[in-house]
Amino acid sequence: MSTLILRTATRMLTALLLLVSVYLLWRGHNEPGGGFVGGLTAAAAFILVAISDGWQAARRSLGIDARLLALIGLGLAAFAGLVAGLLGLPLLTGLWWKQAGLPLGTPLLFDIGVYLAVMGSVLTVAFAIEREV
Amino acid sequence: MTWLVVAPILFPLLGAILAALLGRRRVLARGVAVAVCIGMTVSAVALLVQVWNHGMVTMAVGNWAAPFGIVLAADHLSAVLTVITGITGLAVAVYAVADIDRLREARGYHALFLVLLAGVNGAFLTGDLFNLYVWFEVMLIASFGMVALGRTRAELDGAMRYLALNIVATLMFLLAIALLFGSTGTLNLAHLHVIVSSGQAEGAVLAAGLLLAVAFGMKAAVFPLFFWLPASYHTPAFAVSAIFAGLLTKVGVYALIRVFTLVFADQDGFVQTLFWPVAAATMVVGVLGAASQTEIRKILSFHIVSQIGYMLVGLALLTPIAVTAAVFYLIHHIVVKANLFLVAGVIHRYCRTNDLALTGGLVRRAPWLAVLFLVPALSLAGIPPLSGFWAKLLIVQASLDAADLAMAAVALVVGLFTIFSMIKIWNEAFWKAPPDGAVAVTPSRRDLRFLCAPVAMLAVLTICVGLGAGPAFDLAQRASAELLDPRSYARAILGDFMVLTSNEPLGAPR
Repeated sequence: MSTLILRTATRMLTALLLLVSVYLLWRGHNEPGGGFVGGLTAAAAFILVAISDGWQAARRSLGIDARLLALIGLGLAAFAGLVAGLLGLPLLTGLWWKQAGLPLGTPLLFDIGVYLAVMGSVLTVAFAIEREV
Repeated sequence: MTWLVVAPILFPLLGAILAALLGRRRVLARGVAVAVCIGMTVSAVALLVQVWNHGMVTMAVGNWAAPFGIVLAADHLSAVLTVITGITGLAVAVYAVADIDRLREARGYHALFLVLLAGVNGAFLTGDLFNLYVWFEVMLIASFGMVALGRTRAELDGAMRYLALNIVATLMFLLAIALLFGSTGTLNLAHLHVIVSSGQAEGAVLAAGLLLAVAFGMKAAVFPLFFWLPASYHTPAFAVSAIFAGLLTKVGVYALIRVFTLVFADQDGFVQTLFWPVAAATMVVGVLGAASQTEIRKILSFHIVSQIGYMLVGLALLTPIAVTAAVFYLIHHIVVKANLFLVAGVIHRYCRTNDLALTGGLVRRAPWLAVLFLVPALSLAGIPPLSGFWAKLLIVQASLDAADLAMAAVALVVGLFTIFSMIKIWNEAFWKAPPDGAVAVTPSRRDLRFLCAPVAMLAVLTICVGLGAGPAFDLAQRASAELLDPRSYARAILGDFMVLTSNEPLGAPR
């Protein structure tokens, strides 16, 4: 299903979807949003590429094995939770590092982990279904 | 020290990520699974020692104090169950080296196995109802993956039954959570206890209690909600069905015990009235179902159901000794049942079938296997001095102490039928001459080593629990004393917050 209209629109939409996904991730700390919806949106962007340009193109533009991406995400989230242990605090305690006015911290890292894990696992499922069809 | 309470969850969770990263490097993935189980067992033992010496260990995850955040809590019951989970997990991880084929390993068996263990430990250690739901989901997803790994027709058939029933149970659980949260405004188990027992909540609480009983009852496979279990436990790989048989239903029993001694503790007679008929019927129906089967794993599956009934006697009578008996039974049963499923796998290796009509002569071909079968089988049937004898003795003792002759009679008769079933397997698989056309293969030495070492380990454990029944009984008694004193549990978790929410006078002892 590769039409000129879809392909042209996909180029813009993919960029837009990825931007929105990062925005959702960012805003998720205090407002509705977060790593989970962000990850879903990002996965949608790549599935859109797959629909217009084929699954190979989608895999190429992802540039990394989707399963590996999910595992990296899980690892990041686990790491974010464990850091607190080094300071003798309970698991998953939020630690903040305020630098140049940007509130960075382990909750953000955890959310990025969730983002990658969701995106990776949704794409793993999507790519697996494509292989069997 | 508080990190001890998350260690039994973290080990398998991190191990699962590692095992998944290793992917097709099978030998390394096996090593990770075994190493993780060892680490998990050691940390669980450390946790148990800590609880034994200094009382409950709790951790407020994210440093959000209870009841606002999720709290993990280990009392004697939780701690001892994580120890047993670790040991059973270790046995199955070793067994899996020879039992799980290349294909299943490539599809991620080890990662799923570790996620399952994380879910089981999470369920044992959480102090929050919604968090319990999450761990149930973790277990459900991992276990569904494990039953479906082989993708054969029989396996997928079993997997679909398993999934369908468990999803219904999970939905009921969720509904109950919504009802409870709507009427009390909290999901922390300790806080729920305080609010429900002070009578601040409305009638919705009892409805939620019934929904929880059905949801956990389905997971625990009690009468009349057990039929999914014998329909699905005989299909997957033996290592998989052993870990399911040992742990999964027992998580349901644990959840029943925890919720009905804590949240619904002060509802007059509600728990006893609800669970008396359920316990008796579960024992009887399970054992009768087993009598009509001729496939080893199906017989054993029905016996899981029947044994769950024994554990529920604790809730049916709700006296200190009855709850002690239930806890003791829980510990004994996880080890013995997992062991019997592992033995069924070894029998399958020798005869290529688990159908009793086609097996035979094993006592000649593998005499040591006969011994390894007899230990858990006699223990299950309740022959002294094995662990099952003490477990059954305590159940009968509890029934007699409560002047409940009917329950004592049921327990004894069902015990007789259990002996009958075990003798049936013994006669058909081991004693009788092999029937015409029976397949006789001998597994390789390497396979036998991996298959039998864990079986022997669990058999030794059941003998140790039997001979050292004193310490095990002390442990069960402490666990039961804690379970029947929900206010102390609530105080340990809620701390100062307890004073604000309950009707207790301000000077109440902490």
